[in-house]
Amino acid sequence: MSRVIHKFTRNVPHWQPRVTPVNLAEATQDQLDALQVTPSNTKVSDYVLTLAHDVESLSVRSPLFNAIMYDRGGMSRAERELSALAASMVNRCIYCAAVHADRHAKLEKDTSVTDELFAKGEKADLGPRDRAIFDFARKAAEAPPTAGPEDMQALRDAGLSDAEILDLILSAALFGWANRLMHVLGDPVRQEVQA
Amino acid sequence: MSIFDTSLLRLAGVGRDGPVAEAVTARSKIIEMTQAAEDAVLRPKDFGAFGHDLRSALAARVARLAGDEALAAHHGAAAGQYAALADPASDGAEQELSVILAFVDKAANQTRDIAGADISGLQAAGFADADIVRLCELVAFLAYQLRVISGLRLMNGAAA
Repeated sequence: MSRVIHKFTRNVPHWQPRVTPVNLAEATQDQLDALQVTPSNTKVSDYVLTLAHDVESLSVRSPLFNAIMYDRGGMSRAERELSALAASMVNRCIYCAAVHADRHAKLEKDTSVTDELFAKGEKADLGPRDRAIFDFARKAAEAPPTAGPEDMQALRDAGLSDAEILDLILSAALFGWANRLMHVLGDPVRQEVQA
Repeated sequence: MSIFDTSLLRLAGVGRDGPVAEAVTARSKIIEMTQAAEDAVLRPKDFGAFGHDLRSALAARVARLAGDEALAAHHGAAAGQYAALADPASDGAEQELSVILAFVDKAANQTRDIAGADISGLQAAGFADADIVRLCELVAFLAYQLRVISGLRLMNGAAA
């Protein structure tokens, strides 16, 4: 049995799709290409198999996602994770928030920032640079986005360069996209052991 | 195509000689892939239940609900027979698309409130799982596109 979870956690849950994922055994060549299934790599998550229903989108989204989150230069990996987390908290994507809070904690080798955010939300006690990054990403994630010139000024005051600000804009916006797939198409669940 | 000719940078008003040019040039691969994503989501070869004109109308509606008239006009220009749906006041009843419009509006703007019933509602209305994924990708991409544009405009303004 499994139970849907509703509280933010760094303990990454299982993702249970609300639609039936593509059956790998019946996948088309285009789908296999997008899934990058090879004889040595046959393990594909239910999430990616779900997205394989729209193979043209999946094929362009995966490299774009990786470029925004991992390409060298600009804002640090941990700060991109903080931006992803802020958007995921706004959209209450429990699964996304868990994955990116966990990555932030591992990259920083410190759980204090994500502990504080999960305990106090937007009232969390953060350092000035994290504060500016989190506030901008949170406001950019609102629908419609509410970030304004004062938030941009706060980023500059906190010492972010143009390259870093662009990475912040991109990573926060990317989770506007990711949250609307993960949170909309599935549930975060814990598998419970049968008594 | 130069990155300055992509929908993203044109709509954000980011030019070759502007204050943000250096930063976007350093991320040109991402700007190019964003254009490829727009093409894949708005104008896919395998469009399923949602033709290119309907996709453009839904995209224009999401943009308009977010208050971005320039992005709404960009997508609305390709909405054809569905142009009326770009008006948030339209409920889609006349086109028998009210289930779709209600889902799009909620997924775009009350994302956190989406629940299993919203997806089972689409299934009950006869939409295949593949079409539900296609619709989510459309709404989700628009959320990204409109937020990158709004961020770039802020950056452009602040740097000027």
